[in-house]
Amino acid sequence: MKSVNPTLSTHGNRHEEWVPLLDMAAREVFELMMGSQLAPSAGTEATDLTITSMVGLAGQLCGVMSVRCSGKAAALMTSKMLGVELDKVGTEIADALGEICNMVAGNFKNKITGLAEGCMLSPPTVITGSDYTLRSMSDTPPLLVTLLLEGMPVAISLEIHT
Amino acid sequence: MDAISALIVDDSSVMRKIVERSLRQAGITLTRVFEAGNGAEGLTILADNRVDLILCDINMPVMDGLEFIQQLAGVPNAKDVPVVMITTEGSEAHVVQALSNGARGYIRKPFTPDQVKEQVIPVLTSKS
Repeated sequence: MKSVNPTLSTHGNRHEEWVPLLDMAAREVFELMMGSQLAPSAGTEATDLTITSMVGLAGQLCGVMSVRCSGKAAALMTSKMLGVELDKVGTEIADALGEICNMVAGNFKNKITGLAEGCMLSPPTVITGSDYTLRSMSDTPPLLVTLLLEGMPVAISLEIHT
Repeated sequence: MDAISALIVDDSSVMRKIVERSLRQAGITLTRVFEAGNGAEGLTILADNRVDLILCDINMPVMDGLEFIQQLAGVPNAKDVPVVMITTEGSEAHVVQALSNGARGYIRKPFTPDQVKEQVIPVLTSKS
């Protein structure tokens, strides 16, 4: 995995500079755990994101990391992670998406010096469905990266509580 | 290398399956694989079963991986059984604590089967 290692202190509130790290963290998880190369979204509108996985961050950095995708994309991820045919995937989807979000969050924080030790991750929470409103206490816009898994959007966001 | 039995401790059943698959891809023949969702379940399994290798996550409910490997010292069936941690926690402090608690290897998630092989084969070889 690539190590970039910017420091937590030098960034202050310029969190938008972390977007490339978030992008890299997500790409590495998909490449290493699924053998999949994520493509840039090129402005593709992310729709039909009916499964959401969230991991909380607490400590030197507080916030919520989320990974959202369609049910079809989540099934594909699960299939690739387990090495089973797509039609054999069942109830493991939520568990798999939770682990993906957990690994993206862990991989992201390990790229920022001081954050690996100073930031704890919560167990993942997975929501199925899109008819909900998430109200965050964040006072800054979320960092958002949208990538494509075999043409299907995967939206990764980090809401930071300053 | 002889066929071995392994205990995989992780609160994600998907991750337990991935770890098992990675062991097989590393060329390790598994005679039996025990799965536990946390450290306490792992200790219960070890009360009645002897294994050759333990792979363990850190962040888990009920009993985390660091406490689990500390507790292994008092488990007769775990005597001299190598433990390799597999976790998203990548800080030096976690690595040092895990190794000082008795872990013999440390793999950061996300990982490849090759990384599992690099960590696991040496501890099994040195054991035998």
